[in-house]
Amino acid sequence: MTIATSVPTTTSAAPVAAPPARFRDVLAAEWIKMRSLRSTPWTIALTTLFVIGSAVAAAVADYNNLAGSHTSLRQPPDFLPFDAFPPSGYMTLMLVAGSMGAITVVSEYSSGLIRTTTVAVPARGTVVLAKAVVTAGVWTVVGTVVSIGSFLVSQAILDGRHAGVSITHPGVFRGLAASALLAPVCALVGLGLGVLIRHSAATMVTSAFTLLMLPTLFEQSKRWSADVNHAMLITVWRRLVQNWQPDPTSRMYTATVTGSWIVYAVWPLAAVVLAVVVVRRRDV
Amino acid sequence: MPGRWLPDSVDRVIEVSELTKRYGSKTAVDHLSFTVRPGQVTGFLGPNGAGKTTTLRMMLGLDAPTAGAATVNDVPFHSHRRGLRHVGALLDATQVHGGRSAAAHLSALARSNGIAPSRVKEVLREVGLADAANRRIGGFSLGMKQRLGIATALLGDPPVLMFDEPINGMDPEGVLWVRRLFRRLAAEGRTVFLSSHLMSEMENTADQLVVIGRGRLIAAESVADFAARSTRRSVVVGSPRAAALATLLTAAGASVQPQDPLNTERLTVAGLAADRIGALAFDNHIMLTELTTRTASLEEAFMELTADSVEYLAGQAR
Repeated sequence: MTIATSVPTTTSAAPVAAPPARFRDVLAAEWIKMRSLRSTPWTIALTTLFVIGSAVAAAVADYNNLAGSHTSLRQPPDFLPFDAFPPSGYMTLMLVAGSMGAITVVSEYSSGLIRTTTVAVPARGTVVLAKAVVTAGVWTVVGTVVSIGSFLVSQAILDGRHAGVSITHPGVFRGLAASALLAPVCALVGLGLGVLIRHSAATMVTSAFTLLMLPTLFEQSKRWSADVNHAMLITVWRRLVQNWQPDPTSRMYTATVTGSWIVYAVWPLAAVVLAVVVVRRRDV
Repeated sequence: MPGRWLPDSVDRVIEVSELTKRYGSKTAVDHLSFTVRPGQVTGFLGPNGAGKTTTLRMMLGLDAPTAGAATVNDVPFHSHRRGLRHVGALLDATQVHGGRSAAAHLSALARSNGIAPSRVKEVLREVGLADAANRRIGGFSLGMKQRLGIATALLGDPPVLMFDEPINGMDPEGVLWVRRLFRRLAAEGRTVFLSSHLMSEMENTADQLVVIGRGRLIAAESVADFAARSTRRSVVVGSPRAAALATLLTAAGASVQPQDPLNTERLTVAGLAADRIGALAFDNHIMLTELTTRTASLEEAFMELTADSVEYLAGQAR
């Protein structure tokens, strides 16, 4: 009996000479995992529609306001592009992206699939990094579609009152970029929390609390409290989409734009680094 | 190429030495050492809670040992980069994502190890799941999930295979198929390591046994040697004059016990072969109604050896 008859030679694994797993392979595997779940496209489609829908609602409200009075707008004149970034829509996006990022790891832990995954790729850090890259990639695309979509739709509505602005309007690009990146940033934070916590419900609650509730505990009227608040993702997103200067007479402390971008970078970076460190130390 | 599969080659030996795992004050695996060789099916036996799964997890690099080491092909498993090509493992068939199809599940694993996509169809056909390839795993029966788990283990065509309780939930046809598969994999020169808490499962499948109880090694030997260890080779004798026969047999050096306290006409005799008992009875004009040799089954040998190391005993507070 020879092996050639019973074991396909096409994949004959040579344990000694096997080339090392390439990151690209692990990445492709994680991509297959993500797209093979029916819930992925549904969640993304519904979320996209919801955020753009809330931008439509905000724009329609301003459209009606503009019709109702000839008095000057209550808001600064630059405020209207902001209709593209309604907090209700983007807070939902944060919630969904954070949860979906968490699910990519938590679903493996809760089902036990993580053991099979780890046997296949014993380098656990590589798996976490691959998951992070796929998650970041998918949600960057979603975020970009959502932010450009909600901007174009809202401005098209405002154009009916000659109040829309073009995409090249000052400050608009920053708002679009910040809104596009909000989803992947939150998804990576969720993913990191998922690796740390591993239990589904606890991860979801922690993710929602960290992204949405925690910032409300710190107001911007006191220096120390404002400092903490300015380290929160939702605060810095609001700052980055806000295309007018802070009111100099206000007694509130306002986050700086540079500081906001740094906060945007630190959260996902810290989440992924922590996840990689922890996953290598713990039993699966 | 064929030489790679010679049973005596050492490159797929599993070596476990002084492996220890403690969870707080509880020692799950206690200085466990054994070797698993290629070309054979090695059964890994122990009562529930003996530490089998913990041992397998350490062998696969999932859990870090408190002390000691487990190596496959002389290297700790976790240092491999493409795990499926070195070791195929089925740990728990229910540990899959129910939302994916069998094909997608295997495709992702194959991709991560640089295994050709065509291999997915091959292993699905091999385990009899070709028709269910595109169905969601969530709808699979436990037996089908076991088959999928075996397909996962075979995916990388690995020289070493480990299975944890692989026949749970399988129908009789499936059990037969699995046994034949394991025999075939071993005949191909692979190392097949098979854990179970059921001795009967090993009787027809394994060549070698590693028996543990409460995390400690009890025996590591061939199935034949293990069965021979049992002291319970006995003869059941039935006679209307059982009392007289008992006196005779005891005088001849046998140990005699009533087979059943309610039926004094049947005796269990140890230490004397059936032909000697028959001759003694004939010489003394004692009529026999029964003369049966009972060889201890592997199951009994197992029970006997692990009796004092059973972790969870029904109806008994420990």
